[in-house]
Amino acid sequence: MEAEAAKLIGAGLATSGMIGAGVGLGNLFGNYLQAAIRNPSAAASQQTMLFLGMALTETMGLFSFVVSLIILFG
Amino acid sequence: MVEQPTIDPMHQFLVQKIWQGPVFQMGGVSVDMSITNSVASMIAGGLLLMAFFLLTARGQIVPNRAQALAEGVYNIVDKVLVTPIIGHHGRPYIPYLFTLFCVILVLNLMGVLLAVGSLGGLTLTFTVTSQLAITATLAVLTFFSVFILGFVKHGPKFLGLFAPSGMPLPLLVFMVPIEMISYFVRPVTLAMRLFGNMLGGHVVMALFGAFVVALGLAALSGGLSTLLIVPSALSFAMIVALTGLELVVALLQAFVFTALATVYLNEVVNFGHGH
Repeated sequence: MEAEAAKLIGAGLATSGMIGAGVGLGNLFGNYLQAAIRNPSAAASQQTMLFLGMALTETMGLFSFVVSLIILFG
Repeated sequence: MVEQPTIDPMHQFLVQKIWQGPVFQMGGVSVDMSITNSVASMIAGGLLLMAFFLLTARGQIVPNRAQALAEGVYNIVDKVLVTPIIGHHGRPYIPYLFTLFCVILVLNLMGVLLAVGSLGGLTLTFTVTSQLAITATLAVLTFFSVFILGFVKHGPKFLGLFAPSGMPLPLLVFMVPIEMISYFVRPVTLAMRLFGNMLGGHVVMALFGAFVVALGLAALSGGLSTLLIVPSALSFAMIVALTGLELVVALLQAFVFTALATVYLNEVVNFGHGH
């Protein structure tokens, strides 16, 4: 296989790390919504924590994105 | 057959010189004072922020629209972040966090709102926060100010941050290195998050923009390929939706960066209070 082709395939494979970030984000917002529907009065106070958790979860996906960029252009 | 335009979504992130400035040597390092599109965007963002706050700084009891907007932005930092997370001990740090929030927000929004493309091959509008150098500067500045503040406030006791209390000694041998790694990777994650979000969003927008043009041109060639006008129009609708999403992301990332800075600051300010 040519090195260039292997590079492109590798960059594509590297993005599969985003699967985990997707599952994590789904979990996060799903659980938040469930809790918010059960106790709507407490929902607003936890919104900051929701976005913090979102940021930390999203970072994992972004790492794979950055790795694939490094493979492509590095 | 119309000539197909090349699809190059990364072109918008090229740093190009607008004005060739003097280059001089300073301590063995050559310093280039040229104005690039990145520098020009940062200057524009800074002027915009300064003009906005000069106009709204004179507080009135009944605020006008601009002042209400400025107070709303301030409340995001004060009432949503600093007061609930740190408490009233966090008040001295609001100016830094507020500046951080405003700078990132303005640079993000300028990247989305002014993303109209290039003029004569020169990208005039530029998303400053999609450059890793800029986000890394902000992240390192934030992280090390907080880290040094910890030593200034608590002295060598601050190193206890890396040793969770109530941990048996054999476990501590493993926990301290892990804690240290997870602590010192913070500036990297801060920088990567902002950089990745802005870069990713703008690449996707540029790709759909290229689809609109490429498919639209192919549709012009007549015959059965006229049907390609449908995916072209769909791509355009996608751009509209993505622009809305990017506006939300611009605000959210500024918020998240400031929120994480606040959380890191909270560990320092309320160190040892178990808060």
